[in-house]
Amino acid sequence: MSSKQPRTIVVGGGLGGLWACLALAESGVAVDLFCLFEVKRSHSCCAQGGINAVLDTKGQQDSIRQHIVDTIKGGAYLANQPPIKTMCEEAPGLIRTFERMGVTFSRTPEGLMDLRLFGGVKNRRTCFAGASTGQQLLYGVDSQVRKYEALERVKKYEWWEFLSLILDEEGSCRGIVALDLRDMSVKAFPADAVILATGGLGLIYGKSTNSTNSTGAAASRAYQQGALFLNGEFIQFHPTGMLGDDKTRLMSEAARGEGGRIWVPKNPKERRAPRDIPENDRFYFLEEWYPAYGNTVPRDVASRAIWKVVKDLGLGVHGEDKVFLDLTHLPAEFLERRLGAILEIYRKFKGVDPCQDVVEIFPAIHYSMGGLWVDWEKDPVTGGMKLGSARNHSTSIPGLYACGECDGAYHGANRLGANSLLSASFSGRVAGQSVATYVKGLKQTAATLPSSLFEQAQKQQEEVNQALVSSDGKENPYVLHRELGDIMRKKVGVVRQNAELDQALSQLAELQERSARIGLDEKADWSNLSLPYARQVQDMIVLARVIAQGARLRDEFRGAHYKPEFELKLPEGKFPGDPEYDEYIDNWKRNNEKWLKSTIAKHTIEGPRISYRPVDTSVFPPEQPRDYR
Amino acid sequence: MDKTIHFRIRRQDNPRSAPYWQEFQIPYRPEHNVVSALMEIRENPVTTQGEKVEPVAWESNCMEEVCGSCTMLINGKPRQACSTLVDTLTEPIVLEPLTKFPVVRDLMVDRQAMFESLKKVKAWIDIDGSWNVHTGGPRISPQEWEENYIYSRCMTCGCCMEACPQFGPSYPFVGPATLAQVRLMNAHPTGKYFRADRLHAIMGEGGLSDCGNAQNCVEVCPKDIPLTTAIGELGRQTTIQMLKDLFGPGR
Repeated sequence: MSSKQPRTIVVGGGLGGLWACLALAESGVAVDLFCLFEVKRSHSCCAQGGINAVLDTKGQQDSIRQHIVDTIKGGAYLANQPPIKTMCEEAPGLIRTFERMGVTFSRTPEGLMDLRLFGGVKNRRTCFAGASTGQQLLYGVDSQVRKYEALERVKKYEWWEFLSLILDEEGSCRGIVALDLRDMSVKAFPADAVILATGGLGLIYGKSTNSTNSTGAAASRAYQQGALFLNGEFIQFHPTGMLGDDKTRLMSEAARGEGGRIWVPKNPKERRAPRDIPENDRFYFLEEWYPAYGNTVPRDVASRAIWKVVKDLGLGVHGEDKVFLDLTHLPAEFLERRLGAILEIYRKFKGVDPCQDVVEIFPAIHYSMGGLWVDWEKDPVTGGMKLGSARNHSTSIPGLYACGECDGAYHGANRLGANSLLSASFSGRVAGQSVATYVKGLKQTAATLPSSLFEQAQKQQEEVNQALVSSDGKENPYVLHRELGDIMRKKVGVVRQNAELDQALSQLAELQERSARIGLDEKADWSNLSLPYARQVQDMIVLARVIAQGARLRDEFRGAHYKPEFELKLPEGKFPGDPEYDEYIDNWKRNNEKWLKSTIAKHTIEGPRISYRPVDTSVFPPEQPRDYR
Repeated sequence: MDKTIHFRIRRQDNPRSAPYWQEFQIPYRPEHNVVSALMEIRENPVTTQGEKVEPVAWESNCMEEVCGSCTMLINGKPRQACSTLVDTLTEPIVLEPLTKFPVVRDLMVDRQAMFESLKKVKAWIDIDGSWNVHTGGPRISPQEWEENYIYSRCMTCGCCMEACPQFGPSYPFVGPATLAQVRLMNAHPTGKYFRADRLHAIMGEGGLSDCGNAQNCVEVCPKDIPLTTAIGELGRQTTIQMLKDLFGPGR
């Protein structure tokens, strides 16, 4: 390959990263794809329920406008709206492309794509492939990328870990330094642009619904090299997590969408088997509190309701942190067909059949709405995002792009179910297209830059590794990680208080100090797993401080960020037209004037420096608060 | 000593070194699966004999038996470690790497051969491009969907390849998982257009005829994929293709 040809790097082989690869390969740009493991094993495969797109095939007069509005309101107006608009408009075409790739979407009797109901939405809008939608979408794009791999237009580097960006004198990204996870060598890879598609950060909370590789370390590394981080404090708790020692496994929202009911016994001392408890002795709190949406209220509303029932009303099952999710009233054959994969997971891990018995659940850390800040170019004609612009999905570092869960663009303060597969796919494609535009406009390719730039970056990372390997420090990375998770779950969780957040911040600062004294037991020079893990733990702690600091400073209740002290309560039983409701609206608008702004974190040696930026609300101005009653 | 869980683990430091065995014991907990037990061993890797050793290396990611990473031999059977509850196993629990793939380290193996085979058989649907073509995909009946969906759940974990007597580093056979993907792609309404290419890819050396009909594959598939049914269907397809190649137009 001639040195004049641009080369690009995508880090991460999940849905976002593979879409970015595909878009680049189709534009004729060479791509090197880096992944910690074989790309087909990425966390996208865990998404069960579905992907949203307005197909309006259920006679419900669904509209793209409504999808846009639901996404904006679901996110409590915190996301910039032009990119949301374009994402929702592009969604039906994107789904059709997936369909053409051979994704096995579930079908109606006449052979069309079936749609199911999801939380926070009144219409059927969610396309699904059984209960393994993420896996099927991932495999669809994976197979397309494999075609380009066979044509040698995409080169995969599986079992490589991204360690740092290479920045030139002007601060532009010119490649990455990566670690070969087999022979432990460190190597610099020049590139003209880099896309991070490195997924979520659930492991910062210790146990989560995320895969064990979703540490957020890659995003943290970019942040520590100057990329701005957006809305870190907004972390989604999935209401229906099944507790486990090693992981909180997900019970898909589809379980509620398909008719699952959430309840607790009215008597906390109830000892009868759940199926023997008569209807009158059951408290279906979501149906009672939110009659319009019932069990399909959005995730944050459901999580807080469960929290309230357990922590405030003391109605947790057997006095413990759990409530029931009940599918037993639905026909087993229907459940098997619609939810087969998730029933199977539950049976395997708990030894109980959800068709026969209630499922025990509690909110679990699930998704990061925040992420690397990314730019967009507004189309003055449509008011959406101008597709093809090199600005779209560019981070604050020129030449560095981000897509998928590691960017923070689409979900504001809370993400709607089945919107993450959409944003991962859409943003991956957009990022790939943007980079194709960007590299074509570059005056000079990375291959023409002095080799000393790359040698130095490589040497620096080799030294970091060497220092860790030869350290006689006494801190154990596994212990540090467990302590990190405990702090985050207890003090930066579903319900947040400033006093606790202050404690969390000082504990995290202390943890960060200790993490500089990690010593490794493992000395292997081949496939050493402790070394990359230790580095991930260090970088997770840095990002944890961003989350906690953002949460500490944001004195309000918005979406997934809940501080009871600052909650504006919807007046009970009052609706638009009632004076109490109008007063509430006034207060809500006043609060928006103060807090409807994006949190921007910038890395400094002392810790994150937080500032705020206005939100573009030009598509659907904040006139109506979320109200799921 | 309180009740413990007893592991016997086959270890290997790197692809070139000799394997050896070590034993570990951890406190019993009924909810342990094999990965959560390995995690506990990792934090303080001391053998039953009290020797401090390097932590055991294994691969895992989703922990929900959907990514395929943590496949290994557990008491001699290929399966996912994350969904294997220790309570269901006889002790000592014997953990070994898959034997049909090169060992990377300890319980980690290199399954690249499976992905290479997917390339070889062109396991994709040819589309003009990923852009919007402003028309829906083909209709698929719920019955067809049901038959195809099961094949799309293959997570390339390697269980069937491990169990197959015809698959291994010194054999050219592409293996049951790969063949099942040919079956899936060939059944798709537009995937059919390039059926002949995929069939030709499995009609030569290492293809369908290398299957010895041992039927072990279907026994071990964690997703109950009817691999032998797929192989049977492909037998018919390749026969017809062969006749077409002889007597009629290639496609």
